[in-house]
Amino acid sequence: MIQLENVSKRYLRKTALTDITFTVPPGSITGIIGENGSGKSTLLKLMAGLVRPSHGTVSFHSKKVTRQIANQVAYLSERELAYSFFTIGEMMNWQASQFVDFDHTLAHEILDFMKLDPKTTIKHLSKGNQARVKILLTLARKAPVILMDEPLSGLDPMVRDSIIKGLISFVDFDRQTLVITTHEVDEMEPLLDQIIAIRQGALIEQIAVEDLRSREGVGIREWMNQTYTKATNH
Amino acid sequence: MAVQYDQSSPIYLQLAEKIRRRILRHELDPGDKMPSVRDMAVQSNVNPNTVQRTYSELERMGIVESRRGQGTFITENEERLEQLRDEMRQSQIASFVEGMNEMGFTSKEILSGLTHYLEQHEEASTHDTT
Repeated sequence: MIQLENVSKRYLRKTALTDITFTVPPGSITGIIGENGSGKSTLLKLMAGLVRPSHGTVSFHSKKVTRQIANQVAYLSERELAYSFFTIGEMMNWQASQFVDFDHTLAHEILDFMKLDPKTTIKHLSKGNQARVKILLTLARKAPVILMDEPLSGLDPMVRDSIIKGLISFVDFDRQTLVITTHEVDEMEPLLDQIIAIRQGALIEQIAVEDLRSREGVGIREWMNQTYTKATNH
Repeated sequence: MAVQYDQSSPIYLQLAEKIRRRILRHELDPGDKMPSVRDMAVQSNVNPNTVQRTYSELERMGIVESRRGQGTFITENEERLEQLRDEMRQSQIASFVEGMNEMGFTSKEILSGLTHYLEQHEEASTHDTT
């Protein structure tokens, strides 16, 4: 469904990604893992149409991904919310004005689930609740593709747990496909169908998590320890 | 909080094992309806696709049945559930014995140790309740 073919991305003097090819099947959850600076976020931005490949093609349902894909992709960025002077309710309305697939009923269900008050101003929210608002704004869109850049990063365990539960509860797997970049592999692992592991801009493995466990008898973290250390010794 | 899974085996099998144990403990009875895939996924903090796989595995083993449009139910085949009890007892005993053998204990030592342990344990639990 989402397909990358021989994708490379070069910025002026730096190569971010080299010759990446993979497919994300519909209705699945894919985790993109790798060290800091390995190119995870760039990969996600390519799929969101926010960055153009220097080489190769990124396609969605066999159509080339461009900036226009934004109406089919709910993208959660690593950055903070832009309009901190808005209340949560105003933020929801703004999101609805930008994206026709925003579902108010679903948004209110998530609001209740996350125990958020729509009258609160964004800048008065704790870091954890700001993260919850970002999740809400993303999941309330009935977009066929959801891309999340480090949704758990820097959050306490309670918030991380509520975000994971939120994902399981509100993503419609019959209609939506999820791709997440993450460092929190232990917590994300039970959620992931497959992982895409990258290292210094190159793809080193694409594998189903359950296959990893039955084939190697290890989870993601242990596998990463083994694989990434080995690669360093070369 | 988050349910823990160990790293060494597939999550869908671990989840299937947890469900089989709940059946033996009668937390789930013959004919009971299993939670929907989504609810089970939320309860267990796993991907709904994994739960689907767990349910298929349990169905393949004859422990649950899916009824079209109604959901998944624990089998009412008592014979199969009795057999499940046996299987699970056997496999637990097998891994215990394997561990004891690795440490060099003989069958006799295992038996006497187990008998002694159970006697003490029973004594302790009767004291607790009185």
